[in-house]
Amino acid sequence: MTTISGNRGPLIEEPLIFEQATPGRCGVDWEKPAAYEDRLGGLRKKGKIGLPDIAEPTVIRHYTRLSQKNVGIDTVFYPLGSCTMKYNPRLNEKTARLPGLSQAHPFQPVSTVQGALELMDQCAHWLKVLTGMPAVAMSPAAGAHGEFCGLMAIRAAIEARGEGDKRLKVLVPESAHGTNPASAAICGFSVESIPANDRGRVDLAALKAKLGPDVAAVMVTNPNTCGLFEDEVLEISKAVHDAGAYFYCDGANYNAIVGRVRIADLGVDAMHINLHKTFSTPHGGGGPGAGPTVLSEALAPFAPVPYVVHDDKGFRLVEHAHESEGKPCGRLKGFHGQFGVMVRALSYMMALGADGLRQCAEDAVLNANYLLAQLKDELTPSFEGPCMHEALFDDRFLKDTGVTTLDFAKALIDEGFHPMTMYFPLVVHGALLMEPTETESKATLDKFVASVKGLARQAKEGNSADAFKAAPIYAPRRRLDETAAARTPVLRWKDQAAE
Amino acid sequence: MSKTYFTSEHEWIKVEGDVGTVGITDHAQGALGDVVFVELPAVGKKVAKGGDAAVVESVKAASDVYSPVSGEVVGANDAIVDQPALVNESPEDGAWFFKVKLSNTSELDGLMDRAAYDAFVAGQS
Repeated sequence: MTTISGNRGPLIEEPLIFEQATPGRCGVDWEKPAAYEDRLGGLRKKGKIGLPDIAEPTVIRHYTRLSQKNVGIDTVFYPLGSCTMKYNPRLNEKTARLPGLSQAHPFQPVSTVQGALELMDQCAHWLKVLTGMPAVAMSPAAGAHGEFCGLMAIRAAIEARGEGDKRLKVLVPESAHGTNPASAAICGFSVESIPANDRGRVDLAALKAKLGPDVAAVMVTNPNTCGLFEDEVLEISKAVHDAGAYFYCDGANYNAIVGRVRIADLGVDAMHINLHKTFSTPHGGGGPGAGPTVLSEALAPFAPVPYVVHDDKGFRLVEHAHESEGKPCGRLKGFHGQFGVMVRALSYMMALGADGLRQCAEDAVLNANYLLAQLKDELTPSFEGPCMHEALFDDRFLKDTGVTTLDFAKALIDEGFHPMTMYFPLVVHGALLMEPTETESKATLDKFVASVKGLARQAKEGNSADAFKAAPIYAPRRRLDETAAARTPVLRWKDQAAE
Repeated sequence: MSKTYFTSEHEWIKVEGDVGTVGITDHAQGALGDVVFVELPAVGKKVAKGGDAAVVESVKAASDVYSPVSGEVVGANDAIVDQPALVNESPEDGAWFFKVKLSNTSELDGLMDRAAYDAFVAGQS
């Protein structure tokens, strides 16, 4: 049954703002400007600028309603595996909004931004202490940018050894994030994948067989994308180093081991840290990321510019390769990285302290194992034993039900949860990857478990496939046509009447 | 006279003389779901057995298509670039990906025939 307006109560059917325009309407009462002579030399714009004619209350309602349709960590439980959608403490935001930090400009004289530089230095200091690594490049603006940074440093190190034309290959496990092979390829390496063993970890024998004088680096995510700790990591790093290659660790899942594992002890040469995941800054449309990359003694000289140094005259930035004592691999970004993210990350570190960060990792792992334990009899876990910060299931429990992983995820929307990650990692069939993070209470997890178990039982009882295919029923939109959206995307509003 | 071989990565190759036509199997398209994007190798590109040759992307995942044999690409099926849906409609027929001139026909020896591939797929699920 539908209403005359198409609305369901206050859940407004919201047209695009352009579709709400009324020609001639205006939000403000401008004086007609007096005649004046411009200085544009005949380059004055003559056509319309294309903004909708609209009054202020309509604008306010439009954007407020859109914000109400947003599903995020501030509204629902958001167990999106691999993405670490943990709660972003408001203290971080309060700190980042301090005028001295929010209004600092990168072109200001260094003497006027000593505090900002000290903050960057402090953030770098704690990342080095936590990982045990001697150096960190703060400028990468995202996780994949950090991978790029680490691989550029590795390439520079290999070229400095005179092996630039020999070591042209990077090995990546088949369960890796897609960014790993992409970063390696964009740095000029060819990529070969390493299979997983039946325990969901890197197949050490297969890795060793591929190692040789043509390999520049091996990239391993630890814990990996199946939510499992690579328990042979010490053998892996030894084999990599024995072959003369460098060991890159994808730190996307560092949130599971921060404060528990010193990255340097694993023999890692480079690892990016997603500040927006481990250190709780907003991401996924909510803000930019940041991917500071810690480097080993061997790679430290090749860290990119700029970086902060301090001496008896205070803090300053080393901006150019010729001012550097090392051999920087280049510059990755305008200015010095995502400063606002560094502010939030340092705020998080300071608020929690070393013991608090360690407890975050422990609670993240505990919560994921709680989900695994509660759901393992109703769903089908992909691997034996406990998990780290995320629990991986596959779709064997849906076999012969007519319900797919996608249908199951859509039904969870009606239950009021953001679905888990689906169909990733690719190494298991119809993957359901759940990452509850440390910020969720047992009460929230229990509600989620009740819904997941209930849906699994409905699916298995049979005759429910049609109901699953109809989901979601209670969302602003029902099942979106993902195929049409990908094949024929409409990315820009066009005035139909004008065409 | 042509003969069709299959790989454990779910490609097929139909060989006539020293030219093989490569595509992905019906099982592969079913597992991928609706295909939304295809990237093909340029004619003249050298491909290695087991090396990346093409990309196929569905609503679920992006996957590499590996060349079952080594050789040189001598043709590419642009129709599936324009209409990726063809890969779902006729994966083992009209929606071939590329043609490769084999540099070493003995590489075919390690591949599966239809019966062996069907048994392989049945054993996987």
